Formats: sequence, structure tokens, C-alpha cells
Amino acid sequence: MSVTTTERASAPGAGRLSAALSDGWVLTKRNLLTYIRKPDLLVFSTIQPVMFVLLFVYVFGGAVKGALPATIPYVDFLMPGIFVQTAIFSALQTGVGLAEDLQKGLIDRFKSLPMARSAVLAGRTAADTVAILFQVLLMLAVAWLVGFRFHEGVMEALLAFAGAMSVGYAFTWVAAFTGLSLKSVEAVQAASFTIVFPFVFASSAFVPAETFPSWLQTWANINPVTIWVDTFRVLTLGELYTESSFFPDVPGLGTLLWQSIAWFLGILAVAVPLSIRVYRRT
Amino acid sequence: MAEPMILAEGLRKSFGNVHALDGVDLDVQPSTVLGLLGPNGAGKTTVVRILTTLLHPDAGHATVAGHDVVRHAEELRHVIGLAGQYAAIDENLTGLENLEMVGRLYHLTRAEARRRGAEVLERFELAHAADRTAKTYSGGMRRRLDLGASLVGRPKVLFLDEPTTGLDPRSRLELWDVIRELVRDGTTLLLTTQYLEEADRLADDIAVIDGGRVIARGTADELKARVGGEVLALRVSDRSRVPAAAGAVLGLGPGGGKVDNNTGELTIPVGTDGPRVLTEAIRRLDAEGIELADISLRRPTLDDVFLSLTGHAAEEVSAGDGEGDGDRGRRSRRRRKEGAA
Repeated sequence: MSVTTTERASAPGAGRLSAALSDGWVLTKRNLLTYIRKPDLLVFSTIQPVMFVLLFVYVFGGAVKGALPATIPYVDFLMPGIFVQTAIFSALQTGVGLAEDLQKGLIDRFKSLPMARSAVLAGRTAADTVAILFQVLLMLAVAWLVGFRFHEGVMEALLAFAGAMSVGYAFTWVAAFTGLSLKSVEAVQAASFTIVFPFVFASSAFVPAETFPSWLQTWANINPVTIWVDTFRVLTLGELYTESSFFPDVPGLGTLLWQSIAWFLGILAVAVPLSIRVYRRT
Repeated sequence: MAEPMILAEGLRKSFGNVHALDGVDLDVQPSTVLGLLGPNGAGKTTVVRILTTLLHPDAGHATVAGHDVVRHAEELRHVIGLAGQYAAIDENLTGLENLEMVGRLYHLTRAEARRRGAEVLERFELAHAADRTAKTYSGGMRRRLDLGASLVGRPKVLFLDEPTTGLDPRSRLELWDVIRELVRDGTTLLLTTQYLEEADRLADDIAVIDGGRVIARGTADELKARVGGEVLALRVSDRSRVPAAAGAVLGLGPGGGKVDNNTGELTIPVGTDGPRVLTEAIRRLDAEGIELADISLRRPTLDDVFLSLTGHAAEEVSAGDGEGDGDRGRRSRRRRKEGAA
């Protein structure tokens, strides 16, 4: 073969980081294109949380109302939980996507290319986070239709959603680890739901944890989902939530923020290295 | 002789208790094609995965184009192309987008990646489908696209792992043409296959691999010569008479022969003594009153070679997929061997 020098966009060495970023971007774009070409994937994974909203607001709403102060409509209490739940559930798609790539041999191809080793995981989690944003915004539209309103300012609302998005991002890495470890799409789907179930449901996401038996309250209070959802609530409900005698255990915003960030970083600190390790080995 | 483009010495790899590779040595000269021939579970894919840096060997070492597979993995990846057992393409991207993506991951400029993508599509007669998503492609088109993707980086060394497995005969012939054309350009190729005909048609050199070892090496003709001259093949009409037929004719050749109880077929290497053995066989079988469905004197095929080297036929092993089942493949082979004995 006469051609021995490949024309490269960036010189080796000079741009290791820029090459890694470029590779990450190439794969992010590829994964985003998949979402655009397969819109049914996003649509159907959005229908489920919409059903949850309708179920909670209209089926359980009446019964839960008694456990809430009269100043807080149930939908305003519920939606922070739904936003966090949506972010976590839609992050699970990362595991399914990686298992599919493994099964199709795409991961083998990527590993045989002279690309950055980090790009497959970085590109996947980045694209899936964009998908999460799309779903969360769609949920916001639904929430608005069923009467959800912000009681605090715009900055607080933006911070609340930034929080939900970072939860989603952290869980894309948990899902990446599950997907690469289990390797089969079906197993990943079943396992990841089981893993997140005790976090999402045994929390204050849908009903006040004060109604739980005391052993479950103990868990709910240390459960990061409770902390994230409470942070979201404080940012959208303000004093209605913190000052209510119904919720004596809710810490102040400062405490909630640092706990939220600590959980976010803690999950990343465990899930990222584990995912990279299992990626290198598969 | 030039420095080998692929060199492997004493490669070993185990997965749990399964010894996938048990000391594999290989060398491939520049611009030649090595066919790695063996049944499922023989270790072919493991060899390819080690040479393409996807797996680390437990022992032994290997270089591709002078780069060590473990120590210089990154440099090595710049000069190789790999097309695995499955068409590793993204179904939701178009043909062109798939190739552009691979080009960008070789760090080509956007324009160059696009240009090469278009060039590859042209060459593989996929230009008409360039802007269609790959999920609309037929099996043969997917394989061609997959093969194309492995060429975007203009590799010096190409690895094709069972490139035609699962293709219909027509697509297989088309892909053979494409591969032959590649090799004319001087690319060094390592090709794994369980089809003897494929190795015979495409490879300059063949390494027969079984149970994680290379058990024979040579050109197709050299390997055929090891069987020794011609082969007498005959098929008995009445299966129940197979043992009687075997008793009558197996001793006629210089080196015994093989009996397939399932098909009623007997094959006997006869050296250069073909006509005499043929006449004698017919005379004896006639005396025993055994009817024949077919009898012929032919040049040995690689099937005969494989049979004489391993004691079992190559394609007889379960047609299941993948080398991940090395354990299963080996076990079922052993069982069959016992059954034949």
C-alpha cells in the first residue's frame, strides 16, 4: 500500500486532549442522531412518567392531600419527585445503549480504532444527558397542564432543574456500569429498574416520608433521592415547605445543597472509575 | 525474507478453565493473505482479538507492523483495520455517516473523512445507498459496509474475522471478489474462516488451528499434498451395510480411511494408486453384495486435510456462533470424536 501517512486533523501529542474531546463529540453526535432517527424511543419512555403524574395527581392525590399542609397543592409537592424520577429512569437508557453496542460488535470496532479510550463512555453519557433534558422539559410542560407552579424565583427554578439534570448525569454512569457488566440488553433493563427502585420509591418523592413506618423513614432520610427531591422542593416551594409543621425533618437549603452535591460527586467518584475499568476489560 | 507484518510467538490465553489459546505461533509476510482455518471454539477469534489489541495475552508476544500488541497498542491501532464476526455498524446512521464517523475517529479532517467514505461506498457498490440508514440494508450490504469501515483508515494490515459467516452464497461470492481486490492493492490480510473453500480461494497461506494450537501450516496445495495424492470417496446405499463396506475396503489404501456413519460415506486416501484401488474396491464390494450410491476418485479437498489432521471434519462442529463458546465447542467435538471411534 502506497499510503502510509494518514492525514490527521490534529498532530499527535500536541492535541491529546483536543483529540479526546473531538472523539467524544463524534460519538455524542452519533448517539444524538440515534435519538432523532428513533423518536419512538424517547416518546415511549416519556409516556411512562406522564402516566405516573396522572396516577399520582388524580388517583392518589385526594388521599395524600390529608398528609400535606393546606398551603401546598399536591401537584406542587409531587412534581419535584417526578422530575428527579424522570431523570433517573431515563438515565437507565445509557446501560441499554451500551449493551446494544457491545452485542452488535460496535464496541470492538471502537476499541480497535486509534481513538481516545474515554470517548465511548463520555459520548454516550453526554448524549443521554441531552435526552434526559428533553424528557424533563417535556414533563415540565405536562406538569404545567395539570396545575404545577413555581412559588419561588426563576433563578431558584433554574437551579432546581440543574440539580435534577446532574442527578440524571450521575445515574448515566451507574447505568453505564450496569450495561457493560451485564452485557445483555434484557438483563440490563430488568436489573437497572431493580437497582433504582428502592431509591426512587422508598423516598419522599411521591408522598411525605413522615407517613412511613419509622424503619423506612430512617432509610428515606438518608436516601439521596429524598435529599435531591427535598432540595428541588425548597427551591420551588420555599418557606411553604421549610416552615411547615408537617415537615419537621427538612433541613435548610444550605445543608440540602451541600448534601446533594456530595451525593452527586460521590456517585460519580464510584461509578466513573468502575465503568471505565469494566469498559477496558470487555 | 522481509520482516513479517504479523508475528506471534507462544500466544496463550485462558478464560477461567478454558484454554482458548495454548501457544500459538504465526507469521505473515507483507502483502500476503493468511487464512486462519478452524472450527468454532478453535481459538480463531481470540487470536484476532489479541492482534487487534482488544485482549491482552496471558503469555507470549506479538507484533503487527512492528508494533507490540501490548506495549505499543495505540500506534498499532493506527495501521490496522478490523471487521469482526458481526456487522459492526450503527443501523440508525446512513452508510456515509457510518464511514465518516469511523474516519473522524481515525482523526481525519471532516472533509477527508467524507471523501474517503464516499470513495469506499463507490468501491463497494453502495454509493446508491449512501444516504439511506443502514437498517434498510440487506445482510450482504451490511457486511460490505462493515468491511468498508475497516478500510477508511487505509490500514496496512487488515483483520477479517469470519467475514462471510451467515451470508447467502451469492453475497459470499461478491464479498470474495471484494476481498481479492483489496489484496491486489498490497494490504496484508489475516482472515479467519471455518469454510475450507474460503481459505482455499482467498489465502496464500493457511494455518489450521484446533484446540488453541496451530496444527498445520502451508499453502492449500501443500496441505492437500499431506493427505497424499488422490482420495477415493464412496457412498453406500444401505446404511446398515456401512460397517461391512468399511471392513472390505479400508485396508486398500496406504493409510486407512474415514467412515461417516451418518452419511454412509467412506473416504480413503489412495496416493498414486487410484485406479487399482478403485477397481479392487468395486470388485470386493460387489462380492459382498453391497450397493453403492456413488463412487469417485478425486483430488483431496481441504475437508480431507482437516479430517486427516484433526480426526474430525471442520464444518461438522455445531454451527453455533462465536468463539465465546470455546468450551462448548470443544466438548461437543470430543463427544463426536468418541462417537466416530
